Amino acid sequence: MNKRRVLALVMVVGIIAAACGDDATTTTEGGPLQAIGEGEGALSIVAWAGYIERGDTDPAYDWVTQFEADTGCEVSVKVAGTSDEMVALMTESRDFDLVTASGDASLRLIAGGTVQEINTDLVPSWDTVDQRLQDAPWHTVDGQHYGVPYQWGSNVLMYNTDTFPEAPTSWSVVFEPQDLPDGQANAGRVEAYDGPIYIADAALYLMAHNPELGITDPYALNREQFDAALDLMRDQRDLVFRYWHDAYVQIDDFTNEGVVASSSWPFQVNILQFDGAPVASVIPEEGATGWADTTMMATNAPHPNCAYKWLEWSLNPKLQGDLAAWFGSVPAVPAACTGNELLTDAGCETNGMGNFDQIHFWKTPQADCFGLGGECVPYAEWVTWSVAVIGGR
Amino acid sequence: MVSQTATAGRLGRLSGFLYRHPRLRLVLLLSLPVLWLGVVYGGSLVSLLSQSFFRLNTFTGTVDRSVTLETWRNLFTDSNISIAIRTTVMAAGVTIFSALVAFPLAYYVARYASRRAKAAFFIAVLVPLWSSYLVRVYSWKLILAKEGILFWFVERLHLDFVLNGALSLPGIGGPSLSASAMGQFIVFVYIWLPYMILPIHAALERVPSSYLEASADLGARPLQTFRTVIWPLAIPGIAAGSIFTFSLTLGDYIIPTIIGDSSPFVGWAIYSYQGVSGNLPLAAAFAFFPIVIMGLYLTLARRFGAFEAL
Repeated sequence: MNKRRVLALVMVVGIIAAACGDDATTTTEGGPLQAIGEGEGALSIVAWAGYIERGDTDPAYDWVTQFEADTGCEVSVKVAGTSDEMVALMTESRDFDLVTASGDASLRLIAGGTVQEINTDLVPSWDTVDQRLQDAPWHTVDGQHYGVPYQWGSNVLMYNTDTFPEAPTSWSVVFEPQDLPDGQANAGRVEAYDGPIYIADAALYLMAHNPELGITDPYALNREQFDAALDLMRDQRDLVFRYWHDAYVQIDDFTNEGVVASSSWPFQVNILQFDGAPVASVIPEEGATGWADTTMMATNAPHPNCAYKWLEWSLNPKLQGDLAAWFGSVPAVPAACTGNELLTDAGCETNGMGNFDQIHFWKTPQADCFGLGGECVPYAEWVTWSVAVIGGR
Repeated sequence: MVSQTATAGRLGRLSGFLYRHPRLRLVLLLSLPVLWLGVVYGGSLVSLLSQSFFRLNTFTGTVDRSVTLETWRNLFTDSNISIAIRTTVMAAGVTIFSALVAFPLAYYVARYASRRAKAAFFIAVLVPLWSSYLVRVYSWKLILAKEGILFWFVERLHLDFVLNGALSLPGIGGPSLSASAMGQFIVFVYIWLPYMILPIHAALERVPSSYLEASADLGARPLQTFRTVIWPLAIPGIAAGSIFTFSLTLGDYIIPTIIGDSSPFVGWAIYSYQGVSGNLPLAAAFAFFPIVIMGLYLTLARRFGAFEAL
């Protein structure tokens, strides 16, 4: 009996100790760096796969070795698969200096105090950044910049060219029940993205087709607009073959399951076309949602000088062009579109350079409607409701 | 009688000391595993589940660390309950069907197979477990596709009306096997079948043949022997195997995203709440569903003797 009590006591103490062991995160005092000092000799970046290449996969795609030679900062990369992974890594660890955050992560990082303001005077190439991206709302808050734009791209409507001899002009082929040009109904032959942010695509469709709802920003939806978008998705549920989450599963669905239309990324389009499948992509008349990635710096970055050197280096036109060719994205620096061997002069157009105005970039929906007044539905509810709608409720 | 001086080295003194203090010996032996269980496993579980008593501040998107029951109130929505029910029904169905498929197989191998057949059987059951789980699931997606080999077979046999009829059933059907609950069910059964076969086989092998001879000598017919001798001894094995299939299906969040009609399962919902929206309190509250369901199941399995072999 005595033994058991001691054992139990030890376990309880252990459990409590483990559960309570937590330290509060600190925020920096003072503002951003005012001058770049000596490099610290190391740099760690949280990035999407393929964003930071040192020639390991293909020797032609290497923009790290040069940086290390010039600055002496050894680069180490932590690859993350989703925006949420990135947010988690940056908030829970103090080891990372930079993160290439998409628009649905960047505002969360800013609000949580995980990333710090960037002093754009210390980034001489700042003015070469695409004018449209320089003050973008997903990294600029109250006039303060929290990152340096890196790349951007859009979601597209991928369709089967055998079913659609001419490119479809509207997202209605995935949202409304109808007969497709090959004579059969679209039910069971289209797909939708399995992510809460897809509600914005539904809102984008309503923006064009139901103007009486008054939607101006598909990420800032009041309760009425949000419910209308959910109703559209509920009707869509009967048409959808599968809510795709994995790019390779979608590629397989187009090849082997007779799916003919879906929202998708240029990545899948490129791979399917490379394999000879009859697919093409288009941005329909309603526009499309997209993503723009920004390199942001951690609040307590252990190597701030190397980080600023990388921020400057990331805007190098050759790096931007090589990366766009590798990833299928569009450079944040327009000058990178010409004179790049790997990207070729047509590369930017192919990847969607001219579509900027039709794209509504991912942002994390916030309850304060991004400071524009009114009450919007916050992201946490987007998640719970999208889970409910996909589950059939 | 060993001379004391021969073992009087340092090691000898230590061993003597421990011999004279059995309680200390026990504590030292158990401390590491208990610390692992208590601190690493139990502690992390408690720190996760205690999050359910906080709430997410939807405005800032951060967790508000003040104790509240608001998250629990938000948990019991229609959609969350249907997710739990859907997952439990699938887990129960997979368990029952796996038991039905595994039992005859294990019975044959335990009672009638030659040594070589037994070896071949073990290889056939175990080798798939060496390959990647993802590879197997993706392969099944290809097999179940509309242009996949299963459909091709069925068409050749002119039985496609049967398959299409099955696919048009509400609830479990869908546009294609790989996008329906039926296809999901097939894949779950395939993936977890080895975990059902092996415990049943172990239980059946342990039935002494002398029991069966005695039963025959006492005049029991083969079916009676099966019913009264073999089946009660096999139940612990079935219960043990069912724990695997039930709990693994209950927690799985990868197969439903690759095969099925995209209806969320418990694992996927928790992943969404925590990973996608950072809503750790709701994810933690949701995590109680599988814990409670598994707790009830384990109590039931214990009653059927699933842990006797341990």
